[in-house]
Amino acid sequence: MKEIYLDNNATTKVDEAVFEEMRPYFCELYGNPSSMHFFGGQVQSKVNEARGRVAELLGASPDEIIFTACGTESDNAAIRSALEVFPDRRHIITSRVEHPAVLTQCRNLRQRGYRVTEIGVDGAGRLDMEELRAAVDVDTAIVSLMWANNETGVIFPVEEAAKIAKSKGALFHSDAVQAIGKIPINMAASSVDMLSLSGHKLHAPKGIGVLYVRRGTPFRPFLVGGHQEKSRRAGTENAAAIIALGKACQLADHYMAAENSVVKTMRDRLQDALMNAIPHARINGGGAERLPNTTSIAFEFVEGEAILLLLSEFGICASSGSACTSGSLEPSHVLRAMGVPFTCAHGSIRFSLSRYTTDAEIDTVIREMPPIIARLRQMSPFGREHLKGQA
Amino acid sequence: MWDYTPIVKDHFLNPRNVGDIPDADAIGEVGSLACGDALKLYLKLDDNKDKIVDAKFQTFGCASAIASSSALTEMVKGKTLDEALAVSNQDIADFLGGLPEEKMHCSVMGQEALEVAIFKYRGMDIPQHDSEHDQGPAYPDYEGEIVCKCFGITDAFLKKVIETNGLTTAEQVTNFTKAGGACGGCIPKIKDLIALVLGETAAQARVRPEKLSNMKKMQLIQEVLERDIRPLLWADGGDLELIDIDGAKVQVAFRKACAGCASSGNTARMVEAKLRDLVAEDIVVEEVSQ
Repeated sequence: MKEIYLDNNATTKVDEAVFEEMRPYFCELYGNPSSMHFFGGQVQSKVNEARGRVAELLGASPDEIIFTACGTESDNAAIRSALEVFPDRRHIITSRVEHPAVLTQCRNLRQRGYRVTEIGVDGAGRLDMEELRAAVDVDTAIVSLMWANNETGVIFPVEEAAKIAKSKGALFHSDAVQAIGKIPINMAASSVDMLSLSGHKLHAPKGIGVLYVRRGTPFRPFLVGGHQEKSRRAGTENAAAIIALGKACQLADHYMAAENSVVKTMRDRLQDALMNAIPHARINGGGAERLPNTTSIAFEFVEGEAILLLLSEFGICASSGSACTSGSLEPSHVLRAMGVPFTCAHGSIRFSLSRYTTDAEIDTVIREMPPIIARLRQMSPFGREHLKGQA
Repeated sequence: MWDYTPIVKDHFLNPRNVGDIPDADAIGEVGSLACGDALKLYLKLDDNKDKIVDAKFQTFGCASAIASSSALTEMVKGKTLDEALAVSNQDIADFLGGLPEEKMHCSVMGQEALEVAIFKYRGMDIPQHDSEHDQGPAYPDYEGEIVCKCFGITDAFLKKVIETNGLTTAEQVTNFTKAGGACGGCIPKIKDLIALVLGETAAQARVRPEKLSNMKKMQLIQEVLERDIRPLLWADGGDLELIDIDGAKVQVAFRKACAGCASSGNTARMVEAKLRDLVAEDIVVEEVSQ
């Protein structure tokens, strides 16, 4: 069965051109970029080229790019660094809807005596800026807020938040894993000090990430050892993946306009069609500014895992905020922070598109989804009760 | 992705007996929208009101909840009420070729709906929870103190599930009942309940002849240490080792967190009390350091 892949916020297909770019760096050009000989040197220059391409996409300069192993490592490194740089500041600010890569780290630090403030969001997933303004003080070492939410696609006003953080001398970090490649970001005109990105969310392979650290921002390395990445991240460079990420960033720049027109149009068409065809549904974060590729829809009276497995029968890949799919028994912390009632949170489905998504694929989802929801509601004691008398 | 058996997949994709029975003799309802799964079971009895001739269900929940409900209806058709009451949650899981451990609570929900339906039919007192209040007990026929506030699970229900499934860890209890799976605030209480049930089971199972042979006594002491005592110490990062048994004198050495622990004296008394209760009343426990 051919997959209809609408789970691009989870991971993406490696672009063929990206794969071709990295292919020679396994069996042929396998030198260590740190070596003195020509054989390592040619890898070094390709790694530098990649660094330039990543910097270009971010509007940054190449020496502000540190390659890491993943978005999670970048997030961890940024927060740890800020706490080491400011040993006297014992306060961390983040949001209730962050990715676990940030949230778990902050909660662990709370166990170790740090004060942690988790800023709330409103029903549409928008950050409470007043709460943020009130929370930042001279004890705050770092404010870490995501650029865009992975579950709902809701975009945070990070520039404004960064200015608030810096007014009290705190560092500002943003987990931009979901935003990079989907919306334009220009670090040259930004107040953000540090920013995380992950390769596999923008058509590069898994296992490569970046931490952007603004020039002049004090930084303490997370991994220490060799002198790689100017001693800011020790460990032999994952050269092939770095080279792949460079290519992926170049392509992301190229496709940015399409992402915000073609992909967005498909997303809107999918969302509108499902909302029209299916009663008792709501768009999570529908009232906020969102990424062009993401929609999260809550279907009442049914449970997400059952929806996903029935979609899967048609080759449709999506994800859910339901408890049953997460291994936890509670529905998504993001939807709960937004005050989405439990009754809807359990039946929330996220579709995340990419530049590979086709109109025909969207048509298939629009055709198959309503009968799936109807079938599960027919089976559900609540669905039958609430939908009595309706078609 | 969950590793569901082909039978689970089949019962999810082609569920048997979905719907309702307008003139049902017995109806059992468990779970709630807030909890993420719920089941309404309908049973129709024969003219003698003894044998189940038809069963139907409605389920809100994941694939394994739907499959468990479907399996349950297939299993009870043709059974007498007493035979149906003997169906355990493990039987439902077995019928499906097994369920992932994290999904065992789906089979528990099925068994529970069946019990509620039959108890209600027989006029046994089942407290109905207030439908205005979503977090009432999820399993209404087990009245008691609510241990898990997130999922509305009572101590009576937890004790039953721990006992019938031989559960020994809080994680297993979460997998089977969901209790402790959200905020986690009740996990210490769940551990206490496990200890209580293990103690009770041991007490029920104990054979205490008037006079134990030495051989039998040594065997029993070892058994109690392994089954009832060491798991409790492990839970706190400690351990003990049996060094010697001389008549009624039992020598143990504490290990790991228990070694050198200020309250190891109390622990020794706890071990003694347990052995006196389960083996022989004259047992004296001595702590030795080796």
